[in-house]
Amino acid sequence: MDDTVPEVEYTAEQAGAPAYLDAAAAAPMHPVARQAMLAALDDGWADPDRLYAAGRRAQQLREAATATAAQCLGVRPDELTFLSSGTAAVHAAVLGGLAGRVRAGRTLVHSAIEHSAVLHAAARHGTSEEVGVDRLGRLDPAAWRAAVARPGVALASLISASHEVGTVQPVAAAAEACAEAGVPLHVDAAQSVGHAPVPPGWSLLTASARKWGGPPGVGLLAVRKGTRWLSPYPGDDLHRPRPQGALDLPAVVAAAASLRAVLAETETESVRLSALVDRIRDTVAATVPDVDIVGDPVARLPHLVTFSCLYVDGEALLHALDRRGFAVSSGSSCTASTLRPSHVLEAMGVLSHGNVRVSLHRGTTEADVDRFLAVLPGVVAEIRKEAGL
Amino acid sequence: MIEVDSRGRRCPLPVIDLAKAMPSVPVGEVVRVLADDPAAANDIPAWCRMKGQEYAGSPAPGAYDVRRLS
Repeated sequence: MDDTVPEVEYTAEQAGAPAYLDAAAAAPMHPVARQAMLAALDDGWADPDRLYAAGRRAQQLREAATATAAQCLGVRPDELTFLSSGTAAVHAAVLGGLAGRVRAGRTLVHSAIEHSAVLHAAARHGTSEEVGVDRLGRLDPAAWRAAVARPGVALASLISASHEVGTVQPVAAAAEACAEAGVPLHVDAAQSVGHAPVPPGWSLLTASARKWGGPPGVGLLAVRKGTRWLSPYPGDDLHRPRPQGALDLPAVVAAAASLRAVLAETETESVRLSALVDRIRDTVAATVPDVDIVGDPVARLPHLVTFSCLYVDGEALLHALDRRGFAVSSGSSCTASTLRPSHVLEAMGVLSHGNVRVSLHRGTTEADVDRFLAVLPGVVAEIRKEAGL
Repeated sequence: MIEVDSRGRRCPLPVIDLAKAMPSVPVGEVVRVLADDPAAANDIPAWCRMKGQEYAGSPAPGAYDVRRLS
């Protein structure tokens, strides 16, 4: 067995602007979001539930933003609520969806690759059942069908596409199984909205504005008419989601305006970004020895790619790339607060150390990607050399 | 059996230790890695798959057996 790493000629630090490649955490604000937010600052400060003129102006802003976002998502305005973050929306969907169905049971069925917001809500709730994924990160549909059909299932949660590896989930098939079992389905579409159509069949849908280029601090929760939902929080109206405290209305207006703008660009942007992701997948596999390109190569988000480099410390890799101007994220244990590797990579059974997630946005250029691809092999080789390999 | 003691060493060090020990393992023999980093349970089988070696299971918590195939 030959474990030596081929000599890679170290390229000097590349000249050029820094490249932000972590859109899956937070995309840079779309110019429309910025414009809308500035315009809304003048009228969006008052309490929209007050009856005086300033309150009514704020209320008009809220209604217009709700109508716009509802149209973008294909829901009725009275099905949609803005909350203070994507995480708050997920917590409200899961805990409220479970509370509304206590008569049916207490179990939450979820995939093994949900966002930690779902897992934390599940842990708080107590009873949950996890459904596994294959090596590419795709839900096991037969296990899902069996799990949701068991007695005592109150709710099911499925991410539309993995936030860590980009693999698109079989939401339509999962929704069909839920419908047959009479179990409402929560779809966490945080990574899909703005990049890919939202699949049908859900009862509760959540999203996060900063993932599509809206401002941070805006989450969306849609509850289909007829879905039983009971607020897990104190408040006046326990049957309809409401933000906890005041809503950041200028941010909400910016979120709605940018969603409309992003959807108008989605078709061309997803083709452009998907080609760049293919280039990253092919080039990294060809230029970095001992690398595992993770996730489904075809059924994937257009803008996200993950790979793991053998023998490489993920934190060291992140810092080395940061020094060269590249912002990426990692699911390696050394970069997480828990000291455990990413539960998503673990569930897939793929290498968890030396992990890098690259996620692109409308501002990402071909030149950014090429600079990243030129720098990466040398960075990885240097870290391996330091480790004595 | 050759034993690699990576206890107290954080990932990716246990996998690096394993890779460095491999040349001294005869083909067909088993090397046991002792590692208490939780990522080892995932990364040692993944290493075996990537490098064409056989993961021979975990006989005890924190112990991982690898058979050299090539």
